[in-house]
Amino acid sequence: MRRERLSVVANEPVGPYTLLRVRRGGIDAGVPGQFFMLEAPGRLLPRPISLCLAPTRELAFLIDPIGPGTRSLCSLDVGDELHVLGPLGNGFDLDVERPLLVGGGIGIAPLPYLSKRLSAPPAVVGFRSDRHAEAAALIPHAHVCVEPTLVTDVIPEGLDVLACGPEPMLAAVRALAPDAQLAWEAPMACGYGACYGCAVEIDGRLLRLCVEGPVLRAA
Amino acid sequence: MLLNASGCLDALAAPAVARGLDAFVTKTVTPLPRDGNTPVRIAETDFGMLNSIGLANPGIDRFLTSYLPQLELLGVPLWVSVGGFETNDYAEIALRLDDYPSVSAIELNVSCPNVDTPAESAAEIVAAARLATRKPLWAKLSPAVPDIAEVACAAQGAGADGLSLVNTIRGLKLDEQTLRPVLGPGQGGLSGPALKPIALAAVATCYRATALPIVGMGGIRTGLDALEFVAAGARHVAVGTTLFADPDAPARIRMELHAAARDRGWNTYEDAYAAAHEESLSLRTT
Repeated sequence: MRRERLSVVANEPVGPYTLLRVRRGGIDAGVPGQFFMLEAPGRLLPRPISLCLAPTRELAFLIDPIGPGTRSLCSLDVGDELHVLGPLGNGFDLDVERPLLVGGGIGIAPLPYLSKRLSAPPAVVGFRSDRHAEAAALIPHAHVCVEPTLVTDVIPEGLDVLACGPEPMLAAVRALAPDAQLAWEAPMACGYGACYGCAVEIDGRLLRLCVEGPVLRAA
Repeated sequence: MLLNASGCLDALAAPAVARGLDAFVTKTVTPLPRDGNTPVRIAETDFGMLNSIGLANPGIDRFLTSYLPQLELLGVPLWVSVGGFETNDYAEIALRLDDYPSVSAIELNVSCPNVDTPAESAAEIVAAARLATRKPLWAKLSPAVPDIAEVACAAQGAGADGLSLVNTIRGLKLDEQTLRPVLGPGQGGLSGPALKPIALAAVATCYRATALPIVGMGGIRTGLDALEFVAAGARHVAVGTTLFADPDAPARIRMELHAAARDRGWNTYEDAYAAAHEESLSLRTT
């Protein structure tokens, strides 16, 4: 992991979300599903955000402005600087034969980069509204569902599922695809194993998502 | 010396960060393994953060067989933080650590806000551990007591070699929408900048009340913060919450500490030791 101060190249609206693009500096883009700790201006703690896209010499993060930290990230201006630490955690295993990307809401964040690395495999993404669904444009070949239709209503069988989304979605995906790779989410203070804050209980075991995840095999 | 606050760094997950310290303080070890508290376990507040980790640790057996040998490879002096639910727990672990030359010191966590506090007083725990080990014993105290000087003096009388000041204090954060507690267990320990004035007061009070060396901690983010702790009477300082935001903090704070001391006319930061008390000192000597 490496920590650098990077400058904002662009901060673009994507539906209700924001795509924050920063100069990459000397930071490695890592594997899809890995995440970065982004300094949130005016806040004590950085925020864990997975990499959405890795354009040349840039890192791009899709952010949902739902709290004080993410709102401050979404209001950064071009030229502003922020500390970025990463890449962190374990990303998706890309050695899959028949990949299907599955995402829900802001959980689609790592899928554009994942899609690129897997040469644009089929994808199913779900959103709560048409406006949120505008973010699907970031993912090629995405089949889009808007509530009340759920991604689990349309997932075909027999594919290698790589999924990221809210916990109920991951639980439902897992029931359909027991071998799925699932990217989980939890509040984190540090992102590198120091705080023990991001522990989640999965099958009776408490795992630190930042070092043992965030991508875990369902089984 | 610059240390980490216990529970704020996993030296095995981030060895380079640990090597930047003068000593690494482990997460608190208890007699039996503990998973810790139910998530959610952390929450940012306006001027700090709450944690309710709940002493998650592998227990003393696995700590000694699996963790300590790896920590020894870091080449950094090791302080082991010890916790428990009764006096015997502390004494038992202190006794077992006594055989390990790689353990430089033992910090007695008698003040975790996230588990049931031992009914016995800090002094009783120190006294029991004192009988069990020759290692230096540092008592980590809570500032959330009516008279911390009294607790510190009692710990000194019981055989403590130093004081770690301070542990977090209990706080509550409610979800803005539901008005329910954000943390799984409800409440948690408050750390970060909000704690700094409270910690400084505890350091200054215990400096005046005892002759014990003090590790000062609580909201240190910059070298100037650290210098304030030294001026209040801390021989050593520790960084906690700031490590979460900045794993490079030890090197940065060390540099800033030297610069902040020089900017204020001291050759080294050690010369600023207890400078906050100098007025009363000069009054006494004139």
